Amino acid sequence: MIPVCRLEDLPKGESARVATNPPIAVFHTDDGGLYAVDDTCSHQDASLSEGWLEGCLIECPLHAASFDLRTGLPTCLPARRPVRTHRVSVEDGLVHVHVAAEEGSAA
Amino acid sequence: MRTVTVVGASLAGLYAARELRAQGFDGRLVVVGDESHEPYDRPPLSKEFLTGRADEADLALTDAGELAGLDARWLLGVRARGLDARGRTVLLDDGRTVSTDGVVVATGAAARHLAGGPRAGVHTLRSLDDARALRAELTRGPCRVVVVGGGFVGAETASSCAALGHDVTVVEAAATPLVPQLGAELAVVCATLHRRAGVRLLTGVSVAGLRGTTAVTCVALTDGRTLPADVVVVGIGAVPNTAWLAGSPLLLNDGVLCDDGCVSALPQVVAVGDVARAGGLRAEHWTSATSQPRAAVRNLLAGRTVRSARSVPYFWSDQYGSRVQFAGRRRDGDTVRVEEGTIADGVPEGGGFLARYERAGRTTAVLAVDRPRSFMRARRELAAQTTGTPATAGGPRPGAT
Repeated sequence: MIPVCRLEDLPKGESARVATNPPIAVFHTDDGGLYAVDDTCSHQDASLSEGWLEGCLIECPLHAASFDLRTGLPTCLPARRPVRTHRVSVEDGLVHVHVAAEEGSAA
Repeated sequence: MRTVTVVGASLAGLYAARELRAQGFDGRLVVVGDESHEPYDRPPLSKEFLTGRADEADLALTDAGELAGLDARWLLGVRARGLDARGRTVLLDDGRTVSTDGVVVATGAAARHLAGGPRAGVHTLRSLDDARALRAELTRGPCRVVVVGGGFVGAETASSCAALGHDVTVVEAAATPLVPQLGAELAVVCATLHRRAGVRLLTGVSVAGLRGTTAVTCVALTDGRTLPADVVVVGIGAVPNTAWLAGSPLLLNDGVLCDDGCVSALPQVVAVGDVARAGGLRAEHWTSATSQPRAAVRNLLAGRTVRSARSVPYFWSDQYGSRVQFAGRRRDGDTVRVEEGTIADGVPEGGGFLARYERAGRTTAVLAVDRPRSFMRARRELAAQTTGTPATAGGPRPGAT
């Protein structure tokens, strides 16, 4: 569980980048949802936290690939592979990311 | 339409094949490609692939699952050498012919070469085979690299070579690289990226010739200087691959002339990507190759132009750790206004910048260095502004009947 920031520092429509390895992007959608996905686009090297957030979709700033934050699945080309999703919780006003286990790990 | 032949199996060709199936074409689909490789992405060749951060598998644009779904016949490693007078038969280099009802021309562009025969150590960087050959040389140990041409391919290659620890010199014929793309004022700013990374940038001087009998040993410049070189990379632009269409009814002039819906002089022939001069504009942009096929295929299947492929031109370049992004249609005389960040004495200060090109109070284009978020907002504004105006043919509408 990784603390990200205070909830009031992540207004709706905004994103935060967590410098984990690999980095994670946390989004606060316009309808109040909090989502986290791997920050690096599965297509090529670009940071999704710098993308365009619309509803539950994040559009990559480099080639306009789009991902559904709820599932991590790409909704259009050029991305063909999903990004990992991570659970987000708020405790005492602090946003936390629960990093999903790496594929193939024992966890 | 029972058969459609896509000539060109790179980015635009693949996207055209996808669009054909996505738009309900269930006939015979043939894709012809002169390279033996399945479709791959070219932009990483000068960057991640050259520096070893990406391998060939990372470049793949498609996979077995998608290929099975597309249900196309792929003729790879064979070049188209002609299109008959009615645009109904594609002639191939190996003597075969493909009878077809519709054609998508997606043959791309080829790297321009320096005069003189091939010489060891001299490279262009356009194809996977080019990149493999160059990468093999660059991984043999530190060497002296001369990059001819300071355009995007040249700058990215120079950046990758510098990152690999080589001694790099860029030779640019113009007083400043990238002036046609960025305008003089901001081209100067981008040129500082080279120098900041320790790469020598020689401007206003051309290559007189290459020296060396079997392998290149040095580059002779028009001002009398010579640059010792173990590796020379020639990045002096590309020419559209239209030679195979000579003698066909298509109109050719630095590309296949099309209306702004990518429809050529024949209604059953459309052109997309680097080879297409659509609505008067030929853009060698990745984004054009991926966006044009939607409208082009729609028009091909409709038998006439029902949709414009016009969009806001967009390109990006990664060099020396900076991400350069440009969108819009800049014209000489536009006013440049730096909206974010600071440029002092022609050098961007840390954190990058975002600049707008303006004409009569409207933004015509936007350039950003390391400001992806602001750039994206500005690019979307430009797109909204553009779709708000009627999309009309910006150039000649050749012989469409």
